Amino acid sequence: MTPLSSPEIAETAGTAVEETPAEVDELRQAVVAELTAELGEQLVGSHIRNGDDIWVRVTREAWRETGIVLRDRGGFKAFEFLSVIDWLPSPFGKNEDSPTDAPPEISSEIKTGYAGGDTRFQVFARVHSLPRKLGITIKVDVPEEDLAVDSWLPVYAGVNWHEREAHEMFGVSFNGHPHLVKLYLPGDFEGFPLRKTFPLLARHVKPWPGIVDVEPMPADPAAEGDEPATDEPATDGAATEASPDAEATE
Amino acid sequence: MTAITDRQKLAYANAQAADGRVNIEFETDQGMTLNMGPQHPATHGTLRVIVKLDGEQVIDCEPVMGYMHRGYEKLTEVRTYPQVTTLVNRIDWLGSFANEVPFILAAEKLMDVQAPPRAQWIRTILFELSRLGNVSLFVGDMALHIGAISAAFYALRDREFVLNQIEAATGGRFHPNFDRIGGLKDDLPKGWIADTKACMNKIRDFCDEMETLVEGNEIFQARTRGIGVIPADIALQFGLSGANLRASGIDWDLRRDQPVGLAWNEVDWNVITHPDGDSFARFWVRLQEIRESTSIIDQLLDGLPSGPIMAKVPRIIKVPEGEAWVATENPLGEMGYYVVSKGDLGPFRTKIRTASFNNLSILPWVCRGVLVPDVVTILASLYFILGDIDR
Repeated sequence: MTPLSSPEIAETAGTAVEETPAEVDELRQAVVAELTAELGEQLVGSHIRNGDDIWVRVTREAWRETGIVLRDRGGFKAFEFLSVIDWLPSPFGKNEDSPTDAPPEISSEIKTGYAGGDTRFQVFARVHSLPRKLGITIKVDVPEEDLAVDSWLPVYAGVNWHEREAHEMFGVSFNGHPHLVKLYLPGDFEGFPLRKTFPLLARHVKPWPGIVDVEPMPADPAAEGDEPATDEPATDGAATEASPDAEATE
Repeated sequence: MTAITDRQKLAYANAQAADGRVNIEFETDQGMTLNMGPQHPATHGTLRVIVKLDGEQVIDCEPVMGYMHRGYEKLTEVRTYPQVTTLVNRIDWLGSFANEVPFILAAEKLMDVQAPPRAQWIRTILFELSRLGNVSLFVGDMALHIGAISAAFYALRDREFVLNQIEAATGGRFHPNFDRIGGLKDDLPKGWIADTKACMNKIRDFCDEMETLVEGNEIFQARTRGIGVIPADIALQFGLSGANLRASGIDWDLRRDQPVGLAWNEVDWNVITHPDGDSFARFWVRLQEIRESTSIIDQLLDGLPSGPIMAKVPRIIKVPEGEAWVATENPLGEMGYYVVSKGDLGPFRTKIRTASFNNLSILPWVCRGVLVPDVVTILASLYFILGDIDR
């Protein structure tokens, strides 16, 4: 019933995927070179994944200028989104660990992604160019003591709601935005829900259902004979808790 | 402010039914404030639009949303990668499968895994089927908002055939949760290809029906032509995408212009555009895209390669460190996921870029100066799903 594919189709599909990276890589290099020429020192980091994507990081002072340069001289006329990343590892972990075990070690080391970064919060936006058929992600560091960047509203009109969302979810201000009020949340909501330090209360109130059902695996009858040390089935909670302790002391 | 033309007056006269749905909240000295929603039928869920009026003309309007915000971006941070598809299924609930695909592709990109060709082709077929399920409802729904009730029943009837095919293949009518990192959950069932082809014929008949029933209708044309015109450069600035962008004359379709490994480039099809940018153009483009989708599905079914449907992936999926952005041309427009991974079982941060969020953000701009019933026309023609806005 299912028609078999001709081998040609599979072959062309394979080559098409392989050809594109080498071809568009130059295009992406050109974009970064253009931006470097326009912004100079203000462009502090860039990253290119061949045939896929571009990341650049600019200084906070050049944030709006970068948008204007991209729109007017780079041809990146279409706006996609703007948001914020909080690079702090969540102090609550994933809340998927057993409630009885000790919480896992969570480092508070801030490690940023592509194109680097020095601060916990980074505003990032994405625009794309129709004639060039590629997009670019622009990042900017926002220091914690002054969480604000210039608004992109004069550059891309569609950024309006994105900045309002970023403001209520992360507490980042956008200088020059005329109507920076809450978009989704009720007006008297306190806190910034998408920050890593904001607890997901549903997970704290009720343990993750996959975890509470976990019981010790019954001993495998085939393996029982081979391992005499662990063949005693645990009869109560005290026994299961005691055995790992005994092993640890040994 | 634009002057009221005779045609607009006629359009208003034809819109008594739509006008009746708007409930008047209170009156002030400076014009009047109307409160549409949050239970207004034209809002596809729970959107509230506060409209400031001067007589019959809209001075300003402000959409108020968040009535069903579910915080998916936060929830993805405490889920593993395979669990996230269950969440994102609920974003655009009329085209659920299409929501899973870009997320899975982003994870695959970070893992450097490619699904085998057969899986990619079946993904594309199911993607287009979810587009049919979504957009065919729009065609009936738009007519319903303008006051032609019968078209909606035709749409619901024929959409059922599409949902049946999705259910037969995936097991779920609305929330398939069928896409896996590295491939698909299952292969297609026996006889599915023939059934789907029969279904495509029914959908093409549905398009013919809608063209005679709705598109050529004089009242429909009076209510939609020249209403809510969005010029091309404004559409780009606001980040409009999908049929809303193509109705403004911009030849841009991610299926053709940013291939992400799915099988659209293997078949012949056209990107539909319309130069007018008005509500009628947005309706027309979507109706024609249904036709194109049926043709895409037919060709994909004919050329479906054989082979495995799952690539080799580890049982416990850990995604290497990195950042990836994948966007696809979903039924509502461009939908993308910006996934940041720290090498864990789940994403570190996921930014979900939904089409409706950007598409609706142009509403205050486009509603300025229109008449009250035209707000309903514009809302219907922009076509959004509240789950896609509130995430």
